[in-house]
Amino acid sequence: MDATELLAVLRPLWSVWFMLLFLGIVAWALWPTNRRRLEDHGRIPFRDDR
Amino acid sequence: MSAITAMDGVAGPAPQDLPARAAFRPVEDVVRAFVVATMFWGVAAFAAGVFIALQLAFPILNLDLEWTTFGRLRPLHTSAAIFAFGGNALLGTSIHVVQRTCRARLFGGDLMGWFLFWGYQLFIVLAATGYLMGITQSKEYAEPEWYVDLWLTIVWVAYLLAYLGTIMRREEPHIYVANWFYLAFIVTIAMLHIVNNLAVPVSFTGTKSYILFSGVQDAMVQWWYGHNAVGFFLTAGFLGMMYYFIPKQADRPVYSYRLSIVHFWSLIFLYIWAGPHHLHYTALPDWAQTLGMTFSIMLWMPSWGGMINGLMTLSGAWDKLRTDPALRFSVTAVAFYGMSTFEGPVMSIKPVNALSHYTDWTIGHVHSGALGWVAFIVFGAVYYLVPVLWKRPQLYSTRLVSWHFWIATLGIVLYITAMWVSGIMQGLMWRAYDELGFLQYAFVETVAAMHPFYLIRALGGVCFLVGSFIMIYNLWMTVRQPVAVAAQPAAAE
Repeated sequence: MDATELLAVLRPLWSVWFMLLFLGIVAWALWPTNRRRLEDHGRIPFRDDR
Repeated sequence: MSAITAMDGVAGPAPQDLPARAAFRPVEDVVRAFVVATMFWGVAAFAAGVFIALQLAFPILNLDLEWTTFGRLRPLHTSAAIFAFGGNALLGTSIHVVQRTCRARLFGGDLMGWFLFWGYQLFIVLAATGYLMGITQSKEYAEPEWYVDLWLTIVWVAYLLAYLGTIMRREEPHIYVANWFYLAFIVTIAMLHIVNNLAVPVSFTGTKSYILFSGVQDAMVQWWYGHNAVGFFLTAGFLGMMYYFIPKQADRPVYSYRLSIVHFWSLIFLYIWAGPHHLHYTALPDWAQTLGMTFSIMLWMPSWGGMINGLMTLSGAWDKLRTDPALRFSVTAVAFYGMSTFEGPVMSIKPVNALSHYTDWTIGHVHSGALGWVAFIVFGAVYYLVPVLWKRPQLYSTRLVSWHFWIATLGIVLYITAMWVSGIMQGLMWRAYDELGFLQYAFVETVAAMHPFYLIRALGGVCFLVGSFIMIYNLWMTVRQPVAVAAQPAAAE
């Protein structure tokens, strides 16, 4: 099976791939060990005052 | 969560943040110019809206001149509101926010900033004068003809380069979420604008062109553009504004940064598919209509994500709403965002749409978003920005902000309730049959029945316009105050 055939198989399932990608992003965002680092980014607007 | 919110001091940055900003000098004159342009075009848009609202109630106000008919003034009003008022607010605040959150000077510096400013004003003037002379390609929210479209493409690509360039030279390792939303707005509008305006001019010296697509393909491309103009211009862009200015005004970080990531990606993945709901019960294939409806309903997800995140940023600081009416604008805007993005998916459901489409209900829905969400989040941001940009200690009068808030809110409530009643009545009258199966009402009877609601709507518009004059007076007096003296806080008014 070459790349063109593989693409033909995978392409109709685009909504599934997008869904998996989105769920991956959600899992990454909510992963407990990422919590502290991500929430710290919320303070960026307060580092700009001169 | 509480540990994070507690970390922020009220005055000034934490000491460990200080060394990083030694050489950072943001472009600010241009941002000031954008703020002035925002207010100027805002008044123009609101005044045009009041005038065409009165035209609908009193047709004699068409003045029997081709240049002042409703058909030509209506795109003038919508473009002035969306592209001139909203666009200047987005360009100005995005340039401010990207420099501050990246701690980097605008890519291209002052020259780039002034090109964006004057280039964008030229686009507005070219488009608006064209409408009055009857030059239009008759695509809703994409009325400008080919030569204006080409000019906007040049300005927009420069804007994208300036934004990306600023992000690439950032001091701050992470790209703050507001920039993600602004960047999604810039990139998507570029794509939508180019595809929806693929047209062949009749001649290079004439204004007329013909669009590349035809029939239902043309309709689908138009509403793919049209709905995403709502999604990425009027939603994503202003969410960028929300994620910077509400934390700054409330002086605390956004409620949940992780929720903002989920909010962003759910909006990006879903919005682009919702356009077909503008074409229910048309020649568009049924499956495409259902797809559009389904994705529209899923948009409740980012709607609630964004609303919760914006409102909960205030948790523990709700008292600020009582003392800071400018923040009240921003927070009410988020409430309207939640309300109108709840209403939108409801209206995209096919049986509901069968009643609501082509009626005033749609106009009411658009204005709860445009006045309640877009204009209010802009007012909140501008009230915050003017003292910051002009280095004044505070606004001239918070009482006047309060007056503006209540008069504008009253205007919106009058507007949207009048349009709900009028629109639903109109829809019901259109579908009413008598016992013999004939339509019960002639079209003109629906128009007559709507007259009182048109008057209420115009009154709501007048309230909103008066509010904007109060705002301009207040901002003018703020700028006329003496420059802030760092050590000595000025006395209250």
